[in-house]
Amino acid sequence: MNRRSFLKGSGALVVSFSMARVAEELGLAPGALGAQRLDGASSNQLDAWISVNGDGSITAFTGKCEIGQGLYTAQTQLVAEELCVPFNRVKLIQCDTALCPDQGTTSGQQSHPTNFNEGSLALAGATAREALVTMAATRLGVPADQLTVKDGVVSARNDASKRVTYVELVGNRKFNLTLNRNAKRKPHAEWTVLGTPVPRVELPAMVTGGFEFVHNVRVPGMLHGRVVRPPARNATLVSVDEGSVAGMPGVVKVVTRKNFVGVVAEKPWQAIQAAARLKVAWANGGALPAQRDLHTRLRADTQTRDTKPVDAGEVDAAFSGTARVVKASYVYPYQMHASMGTACAVADVQGEKATIWAASQAVWPLRSSTAQVLGLKPENVHVVFKQGPGCYGINGADTVSYDAALLSQAVGKPVRVQLMRKDEMAWENYGLAFAIDERAALDANGTITAWSYEGWSPTLGGRPGPNNPGNQVTGLLAGFDPQPFQPRTPAPAPNAFSNNDNAVPNYVTGLVNGRASGTGKIATQRVLSHTVRSTFLTGPLRAPARIQNTFAHESFIDEVAASLKADPVEYRLRHLSDPRLIAVVNASAKAANWRARPSPNAARRGAVASGRGVACVLYEGDNGYCSLIAEVDVRLDTGLVAVKRFVIAADVGPISNPDGLKNQLEGGALQGLSRTLLEEVTWDEEKVTSIDWRTYKPLYLGAEIPKIEIVLLDQPDGEAMGAGETSITVVPAAIANAVFDATGVRIRQVPVTPERVKAALASRT
Amino acid sequence: MSITLKVNGQSHTVDVDPTTPLLYVLSDDLQLNGPKFGCGLGQCGACTVISKGQAIRSCVTPVSMVAGGEITTLEGLGTVEKPHPIQQAFIQEQAAQCGFCLSGVILTAKAYLDRNPKANEAEIRQAMSGVLCRCASNTRMLKAITRYAQEVKA
Repeated sequence: MNRRSFLKGSGALVVSFSMARVAEELGLAPGALGAQRLDGASSNQLDAWISVNGDGSITAFTGKCEIGQGLYTAQTQLVAEELCVPFNRVKLIQCDTALCPDQGTTSGQQSHPTNFNEGSLALAGATAREALVTMAATRLGVPADQLTVKDGVVSARNDASKRVTYVELVGNRKFNLTLNRNAKRKPHAEWTVLGTPVPRVELPAMVTGGFEFVHNVRVPGMLHGRVVRPPARNATLVSVDEGSVAGMPGVVKVVTRKNFVGVVAEKPWQAIQAAARLKVAWANGGALPAQRDLHTRLRADTQTRDTKPVDAGEVDAAFSGTARVVKASYVYPYQMHASMGTACAVADVQGEKATIWAASQAVWPLRSSTAQVLGLKPENVHVVFKQGPGCYGINGADTVSYDAALLSQAVGKPVRVQLMRKDEMAWENYGLAFAIDERAALDANGTITAWSYEGWSPTLGGRPGPNNPGNQVTGLLAGFDPQPFQPRTPAPAPNAFSNNDNAVPNYVTGLVNGRASGTGKIATQRVLSHTVRSTFLTGPLRAPARIQNTFAHESFIDEVAASLKADPVEYRLRHLSDPRLIAVVNASAKAANWRARPSPNAARRGAVASGRGVACVLYEGDNGYCSLIAEVDVRLDTGLVAVKRFVIAADVGPISNPDGLKNQLEGGALQGLSRTLLEEVTWDEEKVTSIDWRTYKPLYLGAEIPKIEIVLLDQPDGEAMGAGETSITVVPAAIANAVFDATGVRIRQVPVTPERVKAALASRT
Repeated sequence: MSITLKVNGQSHTVDVDPTTPLLYVLSDDLQLNGPKFGCGLGQCGACTVISKGQAIRSCVTPVSMVAGGEITTLEGLGTVEKPHPIQQAFIQEQAAQCGFCLSGVILTAKAYLDRNPKANEAEIRQAMSGVLCRCASNTRMLKAITRYAQEVKA
């Protein structure tokens, strides 16, 4: 379906538009855009974003999608607010490559800053309202500044009989305008829809079961496919015995392409049975390095790509010449997205053209990378976004789209593929493992005078972007390489400040080229990050690298404070300069009734020890403030940690939907609890052994959960920032700090399992 | 093999392999969106339906085992216009993020509370111990379930 027929179907008559591809707009060759950060480039044509329909409703088009974070509702609020129409008069179309402006990828809590500030969707809304008022001024013969807008009607302030509706002005017609960079957003004080807790639009359909997820897309004549992944990480295909499934009811075809194997059948259960029964001979590749050596190997790898976002110089001198140095090392495992539903997609490849229904966060990159997999032209691939289970980063949504596309191409009919649980868990792009060394030099007063960070993390693949299908398992198996790993040592000297995924701690000045962009006071600073080649595919998992780095930084500042018998909140504040970061720390401490004292808690006794811990962050250095206090009980006999209370203070700029924001902060905090206490990818000599919910343990609904209290610091005049990844970022450190406060033992490894706590307690006594 | 099922009050006869898990009959043959494939192993709850007053995992239940019986899916409780009280409780508490797990959460809670209307919070949590919400909407979901439980008691 093209935009014209789509809008006709929805009651509007808008001439189809030509949305230039981002690369073309920027004058770049196809494939030149390697990264996914296309945000904001999108379209400068108003008609690409907003359409006034003949019935007075508004259709808005966005390139940022709903992934469980409430963005569909919030964006609908934004459009209703800017256009001064009731919320229910706006229909939002999200991430259809034939209909919507190309906004790259919905990720990294970038959607709120991208679409709710002075560009993109917000600017489109403001441009449209101003244009409508200007048109009304001409039509009514009243100066624009004497007009007011309500419910899609523009009228004279002093004469209500002088009025004209949006429909009369532009209904069913194009604006033919470019976005006006000077259009003014509606002032926060006049908001009636934004800033209010509008309930989630999709929820009534979801709780009553009718909501259409990508899993529920049904295309006439659709067949069902299942994949047969290799039995081991390094296995390669020798042969497929198609006869082993010949004669099975409903089996249509066995498909192979290099190491990719799949089956297509008429019904899902037939496809599942055929995939299970298909005899495939695999050659076992090399053995996997032992899991217990993961972090040692990370540090020992000589092929590294080095990045140095800050380096003040004189750092080594500061450590050699100072009175006192504190050091500690932290490690973090591979973790996985492990979405609630396994990934699913429907593909219909007919000759030179293809349509893909996908729950991808990146429909535009998926369009071109799928074209590459199929050998088609990108413009002949149409990707339609359909909501899926929460992804938390790059889960299987893209790779299963390739699976469906390959199988559909092979049979010439639409094919639906849903992965089996182990196929997804054993082969997804895991969240990064990390090893981190922290060092601080202290002066005689106990103030930190120098901070050094060195971190190692493994990477392989990632988001496919526009031209790297090999970054995910299906592309890899079908013969595409992951993006090459390019070692680089030493790191070039920094020339502009980068927070580098929170590798830069809160407490340094971030001074580069005479400009301090950090949030702290410590001037003598060095941050050195090494990436090495990973054994497994990796990719962004909610708060990628930020959660790992923040676990280290916020544990470490706590260790330094404890070594000085300083209160953890007071000691943090002593080294912070950013007033908004200070404000969230203070707000969380106040709400938690924090009383100043050093850790550990001297008053502990009995079989259960109680403690509290704090951690804070400015996400990515510019995108959302959060401070979290955790209160825990630790069973001294078993080492079991029970988190009793979370107090969260957050500042994400102007709040678009306070209930949606709280929902994100609560969910982030509890998912953070799951990752802190339970989650770790495991493997043996040849394969990943975390393949279901018994071997990769998540937080079930029966778990004892903390009481969560949230303080929101609204900033009506601030920039809109992200919220979805802030609270999760600070959970591991807050819990580890609370365990230390309770017991006096420091856990420097995630997950904080009972075994690890028990072992640490035993080695203490 | 021809199998007859009564789903959400309507009778259906389907011609399927009797070993087919009920989930695929519901989601593919009967085109219902409520029950979902989460793990295919009975470990998460996404495929939950109610049969004989019990919440069962349709992904590991052969359709032949429930032949002739009555099945209720999430669609069978209420509608967008007239949601069931437990569905209404989830809307009031805004108790979801991605929403993929809701069949397991709502139907497990409903089946349990219908049989144990006096259950306390710890017992409710125990009843939900095999149900997963990967977005970790635990706080709001337990609130919604408690809200419904109080209505059942009243």
